[in-house]
Amino acid sequence: MKDTSMRSHMSRRHLLKTGAAAAIGVPFLNSVNFAGAAEEQAKPRRSAAGPAKAVIEIWMWGGPSHLDTFDPKPGAGSDYCGPYDEVVNTVADGMQINARLPMMAKQAGKFSLVRSMTHGVNAHETASYLMQTGRSPGDGQVYPSIGSVVSKFRGYDAGYKGLLPPYVVLTQSHGRFTEEGFLGPKYKPFATGGDPNRDPFTVQGIIAQGITDARQQSRRELLHSLDTLGKANPHSRDFKKLDACEEKAYTMILGDARKVFDLSSEPDALRDRYGRHSFGQSCMMARRLVENGVRYITINYKGWDTHKMHFNSMNQKLPQMDQGMATLFEDLAERGLLDSTIVWCSGEFGRTPKVLWKEPWKGGRGHFGACFSSLVGGGGFAGGHVVGSTNKKGMEVEDRPVYPQDFLGSIYEKLGIDPEGTLDNGRGEKVPITIASEGKGRLKEIM
Amino acid sequence: MNISDNLRICRQSFRLPWVFIVVMLGLGVCDAEQGGGKAEVKKVTVKKVEVPLLLPYESDQLPVAEKEIDRRVQEVLKKQGVTAARTCSDEVFIRRVFLDVIGTLPTEREVLYFINSDDAERRAKLIDVLLEREEFVDYWTLKWCDLLRVKSEFPVNLWPNGVQAYHRWIRDAVSENRSYDVFVRQLLTSSGSNFRVPAVNFYRAVQGTEPEAIAEMVALTFMGVRTEYWSDTNRKELAGFFSQIAYKKTVEWKEEIVYLNPGSSRPLALVFPDRKKVIIPAGDDPRKVFADWLIRADNPWFSQSISNRVWYWLMGRGVIHEPDDIRPNNPISNPALLQYLQGELVASGYDLKHLFRLILNSRTYQQSCIPRSDHPYAAAYFAHYTMRRLDAEVLVDALNGFGNTREKYWSPIPEPFTFIPEDKRTITLSDGSITSQFLEMFGRPSRDKGYESERETNPTEFQRLYMLNSKDMHGRIGRSPMLRDIISRATKDRKATIRMVYLGILSRRPTDQETAMVLAHFRGAAGKAGLRSAVQDLAWALLNTKEFLYKH
Repeated sequence: MKDTSMRSHMSRRHLLKTGAAAAIGVPFLNSVNFAGAAEEQAKPRRSAAGPAKAVIEIWMWGGPSHLDTFDPKPGAGSDYCGPYDEVVNTVADGMQINARLPMMAKQAGKFSLVRSMTHGVNAHETASYLMQTGRSPGDGQVYPSIGSVVSKFRGYDAGYKGLLPPYVVLTQSHGRFTEEGFLGPKYKPFATGGDPNRDPFTVQGIIAQGITDARQQSRRELLHSLDTLGKANPHSRDFKKLDACEEKAYTMILGDARKVFDLSSEPDALRDRYGRHSFGQSCMMARRLVENGVRYITINYKGWDTHKMHFNSMNQKLPQMDQGMATLFEDLAERGLLDSTIVWCSGEFGRTPKVLWKEPWKGGRGHFGACFSSLVGGGGFAGGHVVGSTNKKGMEVEDRPVYPQDFLGSIYEKLGIDPEGTLDNGRGEKVPITIASEGKGRLKEIM
Repeated sequence: MNISDNLRICRQSFRLPWVFIVVMLGLGVCDAEQGGGKAEVKKVTVKKVEVPLLLPYESDQLPVAEKEIDRRVQEVLKKQGVTAARTCSDEVFIRRVFLDVIGTLPTEREVLYFINSDDAERRAKLIDVLLEREEFVDYWTLKWCDLLRVKSEFPVNLWPNGVQAYHRWIRDAVSENRSYDVFVRQLLTSSGSNFRVPAVNFYRAVQGTEPEAIAEMVALTFMGVRTEYWSDTNRKELAGFFSQIAYKKTVEWKEEIVYLNPGSSRPLALVFPDRKKVIIPAGDDPRKVFADWLIRADNPWFSQSISNRVWYWLMGRGVIHEPDDIRPNNPISNPALLQYLQGELVASGYDLKHLFRLILNSRTYQQSCIPRSDHPYAAAYFAHYTMRRLDAEVLVDALNGFGNTREKYWSPIPEPFTFIPEDKRTITLSDGSITSQFLEMFGRPSRDKGYESERETNPTEFQRLYMLNSKDMHGRIGRSPMLRDIISRATKDRKATIRMVYLGILSRRPTDQETAMVLAHFRGAAGKAGLRSAVQDLAWALLNTKEFLYKH
C-alpha cells in the first residue's frame, strides 16, 4: 500500500524558515519569546463568505465498508460483496447505493458522494487524525480537529453567545487523540455523555435527576458562603477563571439549555421517523443543537470496526443508519436549515473489498485506507453528484483522488473560513490550516 | 524581568558567544542582571499588607529551622522588598505534603494524629514517612511517564506491551531511587528489544525517528531546552550523536529492536552543545560519548535542568520558568538558590530524594499560599506557596476514595486490549492511551511531546458542570460510605457531625464561622432524612470548594 499522503506534508523545519519566528542568524538562539506573544492570534483571511453556519459530522468510528454503503460493486462477485449483491437506484441520476439504504436513496438529491477518498493509512489512530485534521502526523505538533477549528473561527472568535458550547459531541469524545490539539482546552468539545434514546437524556453536568432547582440554588448559596480559601485569595487569577466557569456552568444547569436536550417535547411521530435508537435520536438531537446555534456537532457513531462476522453487524446497523441519516436530511430541508447546515459523514477509512471468509474472521473485512467513501451535503454543497470513482472491485481510486485536506478544506471554505489561512500553534508560529494535497484540491465540482 | 530587561539581556546575549552565556547562567554570574533588575524595582510600588493571622490557613509558629534554601530565598525577597507569606498551618501542611509527595489525600486518622501531635519534629518525620510510601513510587512513576511520553498510541506509538515493560522499568528506578545520572545514562545508551531491554523505549517514544527529532527530545527531557530556539547548525550537531540509531521489527507482534548501525567505517567528527569538538572512532557508540558528556558533574545543563524541575514539581513554579524552556533570555529568578540546589544534587550523587527532602523541609516550602505582598513578582521570588489544581489522576482518586466508586479503565488498542482491575488507583496507570473521559476533561497530559505544560490545569466550564451536577458526582455523594457512617453516628451535636464532614473532605476542622454558616443551613432539617440531605449538601459544597480542588 503506498502512502501517498506523507509526501504532501510540510516539514516543521520549512515552517520555521518561513514562519514569523524566522531565524535571525544567531547561533543557538534564534527567537525571542515574550509572554503574551502567543496571545496574538492569526485571523484567517476571509474567502467569499460561505452560506453555511453549522456542521453536523457523523463520524463512523472504526471505518465503514465503502462497498457495503455508498460504493457498491455488485459485479465484483461474492468474494467481494458477500451477500450484498443488490443495489438501489437513488433519486440522483446514475447514483446507486447498497439496497439496504432505501431511505437514503430517496434523499440523494440532498447530498453528494465522494467515492475517491484516499490517504493510504490503515491504522485507526493515524487515519482518524488525518480525517479530522487534514494533516499527517510526525511534524512534531498535534493539530486541532475541524470541530475545534470551527469552534474557534465561527464560535469563540466570532463572538459566539450561544446557550451551549459551540462544539458538542454526542455522546463520547473521540478518545484516540485530543480534538483541540495545540489550540488548548477552550476548544475541546463538550461531550454530552448519556444516551439520547433514553428519557431523560442525562447530559453530563446539565441534566441530573432528583435535584430540584430550589435545592440547586440553596446548595449554590452554601458553596459560596463556605468558599473560605477563595475569600482569603481574592486576587488569584486562577480563582477568577474558575468563578467565571462556574457562572457559565450555572447558566446551563439552571437556564434554558436543559430544554434543548429534552427530546420529549418533539412529536412522537417525528421521533419514530428518526428511529428509536441511539443513533436516530442523536441525529434528531443534532438538529435541535443546530437550531440552538451550536456551530459544530459530532455524532460519534461507533461500531464500524467489523473485523469479524462483518455482515451480521451490517444487517443490524445499516437500517438504523439509513433511518437516522435520511430523516436528518429530510427534516433539516423541511425546516429550511439544510442550506445553512453542512452534514458530512465518513469513517477514518474504508474496509478491505475482499471478504475474509476464513477463521477467525468468518466473513470479516480489515482496514482499508487506499480508497473509501465520504458523504457531504447541505450548506451550499450541491446534492445528487458522485465525485471520483474506484475500480471494479473497489481496490483503488480510478479517478479524481480526494485527500482528507481537500475534503475538509471544502467544508472550511463553505463556512467562510479560508482553508489557506493560519493558526497559531501555541509556540508563536503561524501554521496554515490546511496544506495543498497532490490531488486536484477542493471539491469544486459540488461547490 | 519585564520586557525591557528581557530585551537588554537578549541584546547582550547576542553580542557574546553563546557558550559563555550558558556558563555564566550555570554559575549564576548573571545575578545582578537576572534576578535584580534595578530599573524594575524603582517602578514597582511595594505595599505591605498587614492583616491578622488568617485561619485556618496560617500559623504563627515556626515549625522548622531556617535552612540554606530559606536564607537564599529571603535574601532576594529582602532585596526586592517583598514580604514573605506566613507559615502554613499543620492542617494545610499535611494535606499539601500528601498531595505533593504521594498524590494522595491523607485519611482522617492520619490528619488527627498529625495535628494532635506535639512532637517538634512532626513535619520532618512526616516527610520521611511519605518519601518511603508505596504511593510515592506510583505517583512519581506517573510523572516520569508524562515526561518520557509513555503511551501506546499516537502520536508516539509504543504499543501496549512496550508500555508495560517501560513503565515497570521506570517504576523500578523510582522505587530504588536510582541515581539520576545512572537513570539517564541507561535511557540514552541502551540497545535491544523493546520488550527485553525496556529502556530502549526511550528512543521509540518520539514522533519520527530522524536524528533531529531524537535530539530535540533529548534536549527537552534532560537539558530542559527547546531546540526550536537553536540555529539549524546547532540542531544538526546535536543530531549527529543520534545519527546511528536504527530500528528493526521482529516476528514478535510489535517487538522492535533498537540498535546501533554505524553505517560507515569512518570516525565521526561531532560537536557538543558547549561547542567542544570530539572525534568518535568508528565502532564506538556516539550515544555513550554524548551521555558521558551530559552527566558530567560540571555540565551545568544537566544538574540545572533537573534541580529546577524538582523545585517546580514541589513549588509549582520553577526558578527558571517554564522548567523545560531554559534559554539565555528566560531569567533565573534566584540564581543563588538554583546554584545551591544543583550543588546539593551533585554532592549527593544525584539523589533526587535528597533534593525532595531538602525542599520539603524548608520554611519556603512550608509557607502559606496567602500572599502577604502584592509585589507582581512575589510568586516568582517564592514569597508564598503556589496553588495548583489537583492533577486529574489525583482528583479522580480522591473522588473515588470519598464515594467508594471505581473507574473502568480500558484501552481498545491491540494487542492485547488493556483492562485495568477496578481496585487499581488512577495514579498507577501506565498508559497515556487509556480511555477516560474524566482524565481528558481534567487535563491529563497528552504525552505528545513531554512538555510540563501538557498537564492542563486551567479550569473549564465542562469540569465545573461535572463537579457541580454530574451523575457521577451525585452518585458518589449519595453512596459515600463515609457520609453514611457520619449520618448513622450523628447525635444531637450537629457541630460534631459538621466537623467529621470537614475532616473527611478538606482534611481539617471547620472554623467557628464556617460551623455557624453550616448550622444555619442545617436548621430546619427534620428527622434522619432531613439530616441526610443536609449532610449531603454540605459534602457537595465542600467537594466543590476551591480548597478541595486546589493544592494550597
